[in-house]
This record gives sequence, structure tokens and C-alpha cells, in this order.
Amino acid sequence: MSVILKVEHLAKSFGGVKAVTDVSFEVRAGELKALIGPNGAGKSTCFNMLMGQLKPSSGRVSLDGQDITGHSPRDVWRRGVGRTFQITGTYQSMTVAENVQMALISHHRKIYSFLPRAHRMYREEALALLALVGMADQANRACAILAYGDLKRLELAIALAHEPRLLLMDEPTAGMAPRERISLMQLTADIVAERGISVLFTEHDMDVVFAHSHHIMVLNRGELIADGTAAQVRANARVQEVYLGGGTLFSPEDAHG
Amino acid sequence: MNPIRTLAAAAAAVLALSGTGLAQDTIKIGEINHYKRMAAFAEPYRKGIELALEQINADGGVLGKPLEFVFRDDDGQPGDAVRIADELMTRDGTVMVTGSILSNVGLAISSLAAQKGFIYLAAEPLADSLVWKAGNPYTFRLRTSTWVQAAMLAEEAAKTDAVRYATIAPNYAYGTDAVEAFKAALKKLKPEVEFVTEQWPALFKIDAGAEVQALESSKPDAIFNVTFGSDLAKFVREGNTRGLFDGRQVYGMLTGEPEYLDPLGDEAPEGWIVTGYPWYDLPDGPGKEFVDAYQAETGETPKIGSLVGYMTAQSIAALITKAGSTETDAMLAAFEDLKVETPLGEITYRGLDHQSTMGAYVGRIALEDDRGVMVDWDYRSPEPYMPSDEDITAMRPAE
Amino acid sequence: MGLLIAQLLTGLANAAALFLVASGLSLIFGVTRIVNFAHGSFYMLGAYIGLTLMNILPGHVGFWGSILLAGIAVGLIGVVVEILVLRPIYRAPELFQLVATFGVILVIQDLTLMTWGAEDQLGPRAPGLRGVIRILGEPVPLYDLALIGITPFVLFGLWWLITKTRLGVLVRAATQDREMVGALGVNQSWLFTGVFFLGSALAGLGGAIQLPKGGADLLMDFNIIAAVFVVVVIGGMGSLPGAFIASVLISVLNVFGVAYLPSSTLVLMFVVMAIVLTVRPFGLLGREEVAGEHGQVGEPERPIRPFGLTGRLIFGAIVLALALLPLYGSPFAQVLITDIVIFCLFAASLQFILASGGLVSFGHAMFFGGGAYVSALAVTYADTPMELAFLLAPLGAGLIAILVGWFCIRLSGVYFAMLTLAFSQLIWSLVFQWGEVTGGDDGLVNIWPAAWLSDTTAYYLFTLLVGLGGIVFLRHVIHSPFGYALRATRDSARQAEATGIDVRRVQWVAFAFAGMMAGLAGGLFVFSKGSIFPNELEIAKSFDALIVVFLGGVKTLSGAVVGGAFFESVKDWLTRLEYWRLVLGLVIIGVVIVAPEGIVGTARRVGERLGLVKEGEGTR
Repeated sequence: MSVILKVEHLAKSFGGVKAVTDVSFEVRAGELKALIGPNGAGKSTCFNMLMGQLKPSSGRVSLDGQDITGHSPRDVWRRGVGRTFQITGTYQSMTVAENVQMALISHHRKIYSFLPRAHRMYREEALALLALVGMADQANRACAILAYGDLKRLELAIALAHEPRLLLMDEPTAGMAPRERISLMQLTADIVAERGISVLFTEHDMDVVFAHSHHIMVLNRGELIADGTAAQVRANARVQEVYLGGGTLFSPEDAHG
Repeated sequence: MNPIRTLAAAAAAVLALSGTGLAQDTIKIGEINHYKRMAAFAEPYRKGIELALEQINADGGVLGKPLEFVFRDDDGQPGDAVRIADELMTRDGTVMVTGSILSNVGLAISSLAAQKGFIYLAAEPLADSLVWKAGNPYTFRLRTSTWVQAAMLAEEAAKTDAVRYATIAPNYAYGTDAVEAFKAALKKLKPEVEFVTEQWPALFKIDAGAEVQALESSKPDAIFNVTFGSDLAKFVREGNTRGLFDGRQVYGMLTGEPEYLDPLGDEAPEGWIVTGYPWYDLPDGPGKEFVDAYQAETGETPKIGSLVGYMTAQSIAALITKAGSTETDAMLAAFEDLKVETPLGEITYRGLDHQSTMGAYVGRIALEDDRGVMVDWDYRSPEPYMPSDEDITAMRPAE
Repeated sequence: MGLLIAQLLTGLANAAALFLVASGLSLIFGVTRIVNFAHGSFYMLGAYIGLTLMNILPGHVGFWGSILLAGIAVGLIGVVVEILVLRPIYRAPELFQLVATFGVILVIQDLTLMTWGAEDQLGPRAPGLRGVIRILGEPVPLYDLALIGITPFVLFGLWWLITKTRLGVLVRAATQDREMVGALGVNQSWLFTGVFFLGSALAGLGGAIQLPKGGADLLMDFNIIAAVFVVVVIGGMGSLPGAFIASVLISVLNVFGVAYLPSSTLVLMFVVMAIVLTVRPFGLLGREEVAGEHGQVGEPERPIRPFGLTGRLIFGAIVLALALLPLYGSPFAQVLITDIVIFCLFAASLQFILASGGLVSFGHAMFFGGGAYVSALAVTYADTPMELAFLLAPLGAGLIAILVGWFCIRLSGVYFAMLTLAFSQLIWSLVFQWGEVTGGDDGLVNIWPAAWLSDTTAYYLFTLLVGLGGIVFLRHVIHSPFGYALRATRDSARQAEATGIDVRRVQWVAFAFAGMMAGLAGGLFVFSKGSIFPNELEIAKSFDALIVVFLGGVKTLSGAVVGGAFFESVKDWLTRLEYWRLVLGLVIIGVVIVAPEGIVGTARRVGERLGLVKEGEGTR
């Protein structure tokens, strides 16, 4: 399997406080990889550096061998990386379908066109994506009145709009009921498997993590302490220590949900 | 308040207003002014008009019909004034338009008048471009121009030994015009004078303390003041407090007009040479008759605005009487060299530039009974101070 | 050296009143997030009430007592305004309150005129402080020294109030997180009322304390408000020490400006503001704004739809009725509707960036007037044919908008608004002062349309075509991909950036486009009036547009047009009345209270309730 995302010696400090120190890993094509770790371990910081929301203090991020370190989020997106956020950021004043259409319009570089009617553009594609995530029947509802779980599905549809090769998902199931979590993650796994998309995601719910990821990375205090299969990570002594030995770093709620 | 009821009341009031206008057979004149934006100046002006109308109509009106003014407020906006002028001429059936204090509103109406072919008598605006650089066949102007008033003060200034002059004027067209005219007139009379500083406070936003310091630091022999209204009050107070006026002659444009002098109360700056309106000191004659009639009618003392309003209505009555009709062409012909008997004596609307020969009072400010008055004043006709006829003809756009 | 010190003292003395008024405004904004345009009116009331009291109460005690009492009286008036006018509309979209405060300005103006008359009033001198003392030979008025001495006490008093009392704790908490304070069980309405009392009282004190240096007049409300906003913004909205530093900075700079750059007085403080905001986007001591200050608080906006068949039929019928007006209406009706259409286009262009883009501009008149001036200058100096000159209006305005936008779009919220205000004031003063070219405030005259359009009816039809065409085009663009992208940047800038949308560039293009359309309105305006003056670039003109957008309904597509038509026609009627400002002010306040979502928004809601309009649909 070829390497899609390569991260080398990535570090970030905020005014002397090191949030992330010397993180290196790879994401391969078609791989579902989880990044876990206690609160404050630096997961979101890592994510924000990959996607360009934050500039790393040092280190290098490359996509398909091309250096994208410090590139803007929209540039990273244009290169085929999709992203979902821990707190959803959909467009409240648009319908569900229009949210997806907006991403399609951007993907087809039609943002600066003044003449066509936007709500008719790429509608079929948008409906197909919504059908994929099981939201077809809600296409014309206002985004502002959606239930939380549906928003997460919508976000997934939006992230798929530009046919990404890599999806970065920040806590995709946060705030959802346990059953919903499993089904959303199963849905995601099916879609990416079918389309050959790689996924890097952070997650608190260990059931979700161990059920769906091919590889798991563990981040603690800004440092990567494990990177391997579920079995390897379970067996890793430092992970054991962080999660079980210390106890204070990782609360039972975090582990079970 | 219930907005629907308010609207209904407003609509009813509007209907009532327009209804009275249509009911009678009167000769109507459109009058546009900034009754709210510049209430202190527009209210006495309106009262002056109303007094004149009462007298004119008591004498049988003009051409056998009562003369009526339709008063409209433009909020000081030239754009609104233009629309209202259009409405007055096309809907309200007025035969001509007058009004405005602000020069820019006057210029806007003047331009429209030329375009649409109706007569506009600019009553109060002081800008000289109304009759000179931007003059047109349909626009006439009553009030004494900035140029003339500045030249009268320059004539007084030239009589003294002062050579170092400072000026302070509000930072807009009237202020710059006045300073320019004063400098030109004074240099002509006395080439050795030098202008050591020019201060330009923003209109009605003067920082008086700073201005006084700046003037003082340039050590002038004399000062030419163009500020008025609240700027003048602040300037005079700071100047008095800090001793700016001690041993210096000050020349003040309009400072002697009751609009500006009265609010100063016992702090009126003694000794300033000013243009103004000494209504309290007039000898028996038409001038005093007006003052008495005005006080009897309104219970207030007259302002210069009252006089201008009164003379505006008189001019229009005389115009229509002379024209014998309210057709624009007839009135245009009659306006050329129209002579009007006014409280200031006979004035003429010059055929040359459509400017009236209304003059100005020049005098010195003194304190009497804790208020400022003009003393040693005289009334001066404007004509000796005007540019030459050739210069004026050259300035006016070809007709 | 002596002069330098004397000038510094003058500046410090001037800062006193400015600081009092500005600290009040800053406090009110910090806690209630209300941009209170009526703050200048409270200042004016303080001056008039103080003056009246000083004439009654004698001596030292009377003088200083009058100032205190004036402050308290104005504070109580502020409470009345808050309870009657603002409290009913706290749930309305943010910034909507500024429309109500504009109504309050009009009401107070007329009530002041009725009560105290039109004539300017000179303030009495302070007993015992009439003279000067000499410092290094320069005269310094004693009252100036008193003012310089008082200001630190006021600052200290406020500091004590804010840091040491329960009210202060609440005020600070509310400034940082309003919702949390509400969640902790604090009665917000009384907190707001209390803050309004304090803020208004400070404005009243400012008005009364400046009496010995000036007086009271009917223009002082508008004359101070711009300076006060500048101070609050430079200091950082909501920051009292910031307001203090900025008052001193502006006042002292002004004094030196007067001495060394005498004709800079119009523009100096706006230059300072532009520089400060470019370097420090949130003012000297301000904090970054929390999200949700873009007129977007309250119920989320609903998805938009182009007109359905009914909507198109109604719109078509209106256009037809207007087009046939020359057959049945009076010539004046054409003139009036020409004005209304032009104003509506101007307002619609503002609504485009304000509603769709969340960019609240306080300086939109710079493009309207700017476009008009570009046309007028072309006609005056190059004898450009009207048809060409007319086209230059939108192009010129668009160009100005591109330049100004480059600076402004880097800011957001109220700071963006204030930077646009600063730029519009810069352009205004450029036009105002560059008399040789622009004619200064005597403007440019005789800018009439070409012969084939010079007839009233011809120009009316031309305006209808271009004006309505512009409005329809603006509306169309809102439904285009670009309009959607603009709304996307407003709804979630983060999401937009993460899906390939260049937020700043989209906003910049939108700003330029809106400026261009405002310039188009300006072009129509100048040829309909035949002249152009700096008034059309003034702050008041920008606010007119802002008010009708909110009055019509900021979260609706037709808001600006309906609001504009309503406002212009009502104003045209009311100015025939003696106290029209009072009535207009009450009408505005009435509409604001009765229709907190604007005329269109509320009409839609009422329609839905009555079953006339289908839920979530209808003409927007």
C-alpha cells in the first residue's frame, strides 16, 4: 500500500508550552487509522496542523510526496483531503442539500460565478451523496433544524463531495448515543472501503476505535507513544501505563463512553 | 405610540394641509428651508415672511389675489431640496421657489431651476458662486454676499497700522470664501500686510482652547474672524479667558448679527469691528417701522433672518406686481433691475448678475446693559465693494 | 517649552468631557452590545439640563451640584429609554437596536427644541474658576486645570465601581460572557437597566461639565457622536482604560493638529483610527470579539428561495404599475419614485454585504457618493457624455471599494464597521477639502442627463430600468454560487475555508460588488438631481441605508427595498409637519417594537400565523 500522508517530526508549541513534540507517522492508501489519547494529549492540535488551520513550529507534512506543511486549509482541501470537525460547522442558513452543493460548487471552482442559480447546481450529485449517508429524505430541510446525529452525517456527505483520497475526522461521533456511534462509524467504514479513501480520525470511544480502525496511534502529552494494530497497541506497555497505570490521565468515562 | 395611528394622523394632517392649499385661489410661492436642522436661523426668517405676507394681503395681495407661501423642510439635504422644489413646481402649483440658508442647498435648487425653467430667489445663502461662477438666468439672490461683507471689513482694517493678520474660519466653502475675499481686498488696499496664520476649525466642532493658543503663538496684530454660532461662543470665551483679544483689533464676519451676538450675553467681545444688524438703534423710518411691527407681531426681537425673510416676501410681491402675471417669462423680464422698497430703503436686483443691492451694517461691538450691541455703525451699499462689471460678466457662464 | 506644556494641558482638559461620554458608551456597549447612536443626545440633554439648573442654583454648590444633578437626570432619562424602547427588542437580531436608538435621537432633538428653543445657549462660567494662571508665561484657564483634576477621579471611581462592587463584578462578567451571567441567575434586565443608567449619566455629566467651555446647542448631539465612537473604538470597545487613553490621545493630537496642520481638523482623528485599527484590529486595549456579532444572533436565518410563481406575478405587476405610472400619475409621483428607487438600490447593495456577508458597513455612502462624484467630475472636467459618465459611476465606486475593502475585510464585526466609517470619513473630507477640484461643500452643479433623458418621464423610466434592474441583479446574485459562497463565509468561516472557499477573497469581491452597485445608485442620483454635494458621502447617509435595511428586515431578501420604500415615503409625508422629526422618530421606534424582525420578516411571520403564507416559504 502506498503512503498517502507522511508526517515527519511535527511539533507545535504555544508560547513555550509544547503541545505536540516530534510526531512522525504515515497513513497508507485505504487505511483507517485512529489517533487516540487522553484529553489534552494534542490530538486536535495535530489535526489542525495537518489541515492547515495551525502552522507547525517545526516538522513536515507531505501528501503524496508533496510538501504541504503550513498550506492553507483550502489548499489542502483542494489536494484531496476532506475534514470533519468535532463541533460541526455547517451552513445554518442553507438546506441540507445546499450544504453539499456548496462543497460541490467549490470543488468545481464555480464560486465566483454570478449568473447560474446555485440551488440547481450539482443537485443530483448532492442527492446521491446524501443518499449514501442516509439523509436523502431530509435534503430540503433547513440545516438549522437538524438533529445532531444527522448533522454529523451531513458533514460526512460534505466531506465526501470533492472525492477526497484522505479524510480527517476529528471526533466524528462525539456527543452521539452509543448505538448511533457504531452505525455512523460502520457507515463511514463501508463508504471509504468502497471508494478506497484513507481515514485518519480521533476518537474518545474505544469501542468505536477498536472495532473500526486498521491501525491505532496513541498520543500522550504531545508525544506519539504507540503506532500499530489494535493488538499491538493493547499490548504496548506505555499505553497500558497511560491508560491503566496512571488512571488520572484517562478517566473511565473517556474509555467507555 | 401605535404606529398605525401615528401614520393615520400624519396622513390626515397631510391631507388637511394640501386641502387648504387647493381650496383658495391664491398665488403660491414655494419656500424650502432647513427649519429643523438650522432652527435658530430659519424660525426668525419664517416669521419675517409671515409678517410681510400679512401686510401684503391686508393691502389686497398681489394682482388681486392673496399671496401664499408653501413652507417645506428639506432637512438641510440638497438632494431632498431638489425633489421638494420639483414637487412644489409640478404638484403644488407654486409659481416660483425661494429659500435656503445653506449655500449648497441654494446651489442645488439653482441648478434645477435653470434646468427646469423656473425662477429661484436665493434668499439667505451667502455663496458668491450662486450669482457669479455658477450663475444662471433663473437664479436671483437677495442677501449681501460674502465678498462684499468681507470687503467692507477689509476697508476698515486697512485704516489701521496693523500689518500682521491672523484668520480663523470654519473649514468649509463659506469660511474659505470669506478669508479669500478679505485677503484679496485688504492686500489691494494695503499691500504690505502679511497673513501670519490661518486657522480652520471644523464647523461647529471647534477646539477653541487650541485655536486660541495657535493664534496667540503667531503674535498677530489683528485677527479676522469668520466663525459663528456655537463655534463663535466657544472661541470668544476662550479668547477672553486667555487674553487673546487684549490689544488686538478683531474683525468679525456676521458677528454683529443678533443670531450670533445675543447668545454671547455679557461676554460679547467689545471693540470688534463687525457686520451685523443693529435693530435696537435704528432711527425713525422704514427700518424702525419693520422692527416695531415685528416685535408687536411676534413678541420677539428681530434677527437678521427676520429682515431677510421680510424682504424676500416684499421682493416677490413687487416682482409679481411688476410682471403683471405669474408666467415665468414675464417674471424673468420683470426681475431685471427690479426695484423694491424695503426696510433698508430701495434695493435693486441688478440685471448684470441678478444680485440685489441689499447692503450691510458695519459697526463696533460694545456692551450695554450686559449685552452686546453694535455702536458707531453705518449702513453701506454693496456696490462700491463689488468686483467690476467686466469681471463679473467674465465670471458668469455665457447665457 | 511653555507653549508645549500649555497645549498639552489644553488637550488634557478637552479629554475630560470626551472621556466621560465615551466611557458611558463603552460601558453600555460592553455589557448590552447595543451600539447606542443616541449617546450624543444624552450628552446634549446633560448640557441643557445642567444649564437650566445652573441658572436656578447659585454659587459653588449650585454649579457643581447642577452638574451632578444633570448627570443623574440624564441617567434616569436613559433608564426610561432603556425600559420603553430597548427592553422590548433585546431578542431581536443584534445591531437592530441601533435603529431604535436612531429613532430616539430624532425624538430627543424635537423635544429639546420644544423645551429650550432654537437659540444657542452660552454656558455660565464656573464660580471661582474664571481666570487663568500663568505656567511658564502661558495662560492656562483655571477651569481647564479643574477638568484635568477631575478626570482621574472619574476614572478611579469607575475603576472602583467595576472592580470592587457587585455591580462591577456582574458588569465585567457580562462583558465577557453574557449568557453565563444569565445562566447564573442574575436578572439581566435590571443589570442592563443599571448599566444604561450609569452610561447615560456619564454622558449627561460630560454634557454638563463642558458648559463653562462652551454651551448648549441643538447640533451638539451629532457633533460629538463621531468623536465618541472613534474614542471607544481606538480604546477598544468595552474597555474603560482604553477609552481614557484614547480620549487623551485624540484630544492632545487634535491640539497639536490645530497648531501645526490647521486644516487637518476634519480628518485627523479618523486617520488615527484607521492606523490604530490596521495595526491593532481590536483597538488599543480591546479584546477579540466573541462570535455572533454580525447581526446574526437570534433565530437562524431560513434557507432562501428565488421567487415562486406568485412572487414573480406580484413583482411583475408592481413593475408594470410603475412602468405605466406616466400614463396615470402626476409628474411629481415620477420624481418621488425616482428618488425611492435610487435609495432602494443603494440600500439593497448594503443589504447584500450586510445580510448575506455578515459585514456591517457604517460607511456605505462612500460608494454611493463616490460613484456620483466620479460621474460629476467626468462631466465637469472632461465634458464626458452623460452615457459614458454614468457608466463611470459604478466602475469608480467599485474601484474605491476594492481599495477600501483591502484594508477593511481583515477586520470583523463592530471593528470592521468602524473602519469603514473611518474610510468614508476620509473620502468625505478629501472631497470636502479639495475645493479646487470637487467644489468643496459648494459641490458640483449642472450635471444633467443627455437630451434624450432630460425629460422627467424619460429619466423616470431610465431609473426604473437601471434601478430595478440593479435590485433584481443583486437579488439574483444572492441566489448564484457567489451569493451562496458569501453566505457560507458568514455562516461558518471555518467550514468555508476547509472546503476550498477563500473567505477573505469572497468577502472582498462581495464588498467591491456592493460598492459598485451603490455607485450605480449614485450615478442615477447625480443625474436626477443635477448636482452633487459632500452630504451624499456623510455618515448620516450611510446610517440612512443601514436603518432601512434593519427596518425592512435584515434576514430577508426584500428587506432593504421594502424598508427603503417605506422610509422614504413616510419621510416625504412627514416633513410637511412642524415636528416631523418627533413623529418620524416615534414611527421608527414603533416599527422596531411592533416588528422586531423588520417589516418583511414580521409580515411573513404574521402571514404564516394566519395561514396566508406557507411555513418556510413565501416571498422573501
